[in-house]
Amino acid sequence: MEKRIGIEASIAIAEAVGLCDADVVAAYPITPQTHIVEHLSEMVADGHLDAAFVPVESEHSAMSVCCGTSAAGARTFTATSSQGLALMHEILYIASALRLPIVMSVANRAISGPINIWNDHSDVMVERDVGWVQIFCENGQEAVDLTIWAFRLAEDPRVSLPIMVNFDGFIVSHMVEPLFMPDREMVKAFLPPFKPLQRLDIDNPISMGPVGIPDIFTEAKQVQQHLLTQAYQPIVETLGEFAKVFKRQYKPVETYRGDDADVLLLTMGAIGETAMTAVDQRRAKGDKVGLVRLRLWRPFPFEDLFRALGRIPVLGVIDRCISFGGPVGPVACEVKGALYGRKDHPLVVEFVAGLGGRDVTVTDFDKMFDALFEAKRSGKVPAPVLVGLRE
Amino acid sequence: MAYQNARPKWTELAVGTAVTCPGSSRATKTGDWRSARPVWTNEHCVKCGVCVIFCPEGCIQFQADGYPTADLDYCKGCGICPHECPTGCIRMQDEVE
Amino acid sequence: MESLNVFAARLWPTENRFASGHRACQGCAEALAVRMIHGVLGRNTIVASATGCMEIISSSYPDTAWTVPWLHVAFENAAAVASGVEAGLKILVKKGKLPKRKITVVGMGGDGATADIGLQALSGAMERGHKMIYVCYDNEAYMNTGIQRSSSTPFGASTTTSPAGSLSVGQSTWKKNMPMVIAAHNVPYVATVNPSFPFDLASKVRKAQAANGPAYLHVYACCPTGWRMAPELAIAIGRLASRTGVFPLYEVENGKLHITVPTPKLSPLKEYIQPQGRFRHLDDATVAEIEKRVEEEYRKLERREGLVL
Repeated sequence: MEKRIGIEASIAIAEAVGLCDADVVAAYPITPQTHIVEHLSEMVADGHLDAAFVPVESEHSAMSVCCGTSAAGARTFTATSSQGLALMHEILYIASALRLPIVMSVANRAISGPINIWNDHSDVMVERDVGWVQIFCENGQEAVDLTIWAFRLAEDPRVSLPIMVNFDGFIVSHMVEPLFMPDREMVKAFLPPFKPLQRLDIDNPISMGPVGIPDIFTEAKQVQQHLLTQAYQPIVETLGEFAKVFKRQYKPVETYRGDDADVLLLTMGAIGETAMTAVDQRRAKGDKVGLVRLRLWRPFPFEDLFRALGRIPVLGVIDRCISFGGPVGPVACEVKGALYGRKDHPLVVEFVAGLGGRDVTVTDFDKMFDALFEAKRSGKVPAPVLVGLRE
Repeated sequence: MAYQNARPKWTELAVGTAVTCPGSSRATKTGDWRSARPVWTNEHCVKCGVCVIFCPEGCIQFQADGYPTADLDYCKGCGICPHECPTGCIRMQDEVE
Repeated sequence: MESLNVFAARLWPTENRFASGHRACQGCAEALAVRMIHGVLGRNTIVASATGCMEIISSSYPDTAWTVPWLHVAFENAAAVASGVEAGLKILVKKGKLPKRKITVVGMGGDGATADIGLQALSGAMERGHKMIYVCYDNEAYMNTGIQRSSSTPFGASTTTSPAGSLSVGQSTWKKNMPMVIAAHNVPYVATVNPSFPFDLASKVRKAQAANGPAYLHVYACCPTGWRMAPELAIAIGRLASRTGVFPLYEVENGKLHITVPTPKLSPLKEYIQPQGRFRHLDDATVAEIEKRVEEEYRKLERREGLVL
């Protein structure tokens, strides 16, 4: 039986990792991820979780230890944010190439400089191409649920890849909210014991991570591309099974009041919750606006996105990150790339909002909707908008 | 020993590009790097095994008769064995084309 | 004693854990040291290797020289990866998911991977007390990338990034004392090891394996290619390294220092310097200066014999 309790999301995520009976947690402190690993170390110290807690000296070593523990056959969890994720960057590629099903919470936070501990997505957008499954949560409930699901998906023998569960730092991580906490029996029913595809075994000695000469490197990359693309099916299936056990259904892409909309706005993460309020208010005034919430980032859910967009004439995309000197918003760039060559594709208007913890208010959303209607009227795409910028 | 395919199709690549055949480096015959080979004069050999210990290739072994010899499939001709041999029973002999 | 060692060679473990066909250069004493150390460590060993010569020459898909489980992740993190393997196995045994067996976990890297880029990860792994051995194969420069200087390159050596020149003596700093850096972590066992002294090596590897906590082996690994010397001299130069005091052989067991190959009368440094092209540019005065410092360092070590550091 699930219990509905008021709990800080970070603590709930840690409890979820405990419910999954993780064997190893290796982590380094960084705001705003710290409460997760603090709580996990308490759980280990109090005997509530039978796991090795490895208090490493850096995030680089956190991810390196995770590679070692996962290769040894242990169910492995870590968590980080921002600069910590950046420090792991090098090893993230290798974890996926080695097919180690590590689960990592990322409490999304801006990247320095100037140093800023608050939320945006500039930490994770850099990690787009590391070969991990990447999913975004809107609230604490999702973060708990998708953490449990993440172990199931990562360890699925068809996948056997690491996964990043993203949620917004502070906005989600530090929020005390009422949520349904799954119980151990339900998690057991959903998550089978970890059976690695291969491990470091003295009776079956293999060499993991050998040199890949030019003659095999292309093939090795194609394997990764194939695996991550094909992970889509297991993702949908396991999300479906999650729904059967826990009665909460998550989809790669969700829409909100999008069916008859004249303009749509695409969001990722917690900002979607404010956006829903803004949609409701705008709808009350008779404007047909709707939302597309992109939950799955890698593998990119092309077909789900196309279905969600239908034949919408104007789409706004909110980025929580800037790609300097380039196409401004990484998500917008991705969406435009996905739409390239499609008949009747919408005009795409780019917004960059909520950088480094800047609030994105209902008024801000209103202005964005105004811009979308203006684009619809004029047929012209405005230059990317940095929302809330003082000029 | 079943070696893995050195030029696999991408569908044939091992999980995580792991090498599943321990010691498969033996497929690489490094002996063709050699410009000179060690030759033992068994009459002077005391079977002490110094050459066996100090061979970086691990390719010098004792034979059934107790005398050591190098596996020329792997011997790179570094010349350590004659240099270290306490009785001087090993000499390097140039390979001829 | 040494001649006894020589004739006890038949006692050496014959099983080759590091198979032939690896692509090390002719006369590579580092590959030799790897083979020796893993001969002693035996079958029940798992290795986490740093990027570097030994990784490149031992593994190229689909070939591996390794006959024990081996994992390479990156350059600077071998100690962290090894500590993870150890922690992973330990918890799986504790939780009854794996049977209890005696397995030695080994991290390995070159001097660059150990003393430079991987120092932080190594320090962390040693400090956390994982029961593992870390082996530094010290060939005194970044050989894999083409002989660039590291903090472990000896004074006066010419490398591609510390070239000798009209204004340069070559490497202008003294070699970092890595074994003592690790000894300062209060780990149960630290030793210097030289493949030219195989039985000293074997005894230290066994002690490292038996240590109740992290152990560190600093291995002298002659690189004929990078040191610009004849490959057949690789073992001889190793002997000279210890006899001249350049690479003294000692161990620090539970904090207590013991010189395992005492050398009260050091051989002239010139014998060590002369065969190596990397020192060819040094004049007599510089060699004398180096010799003086080598002697000072060795006497310093001697004065600490038997002391708890």
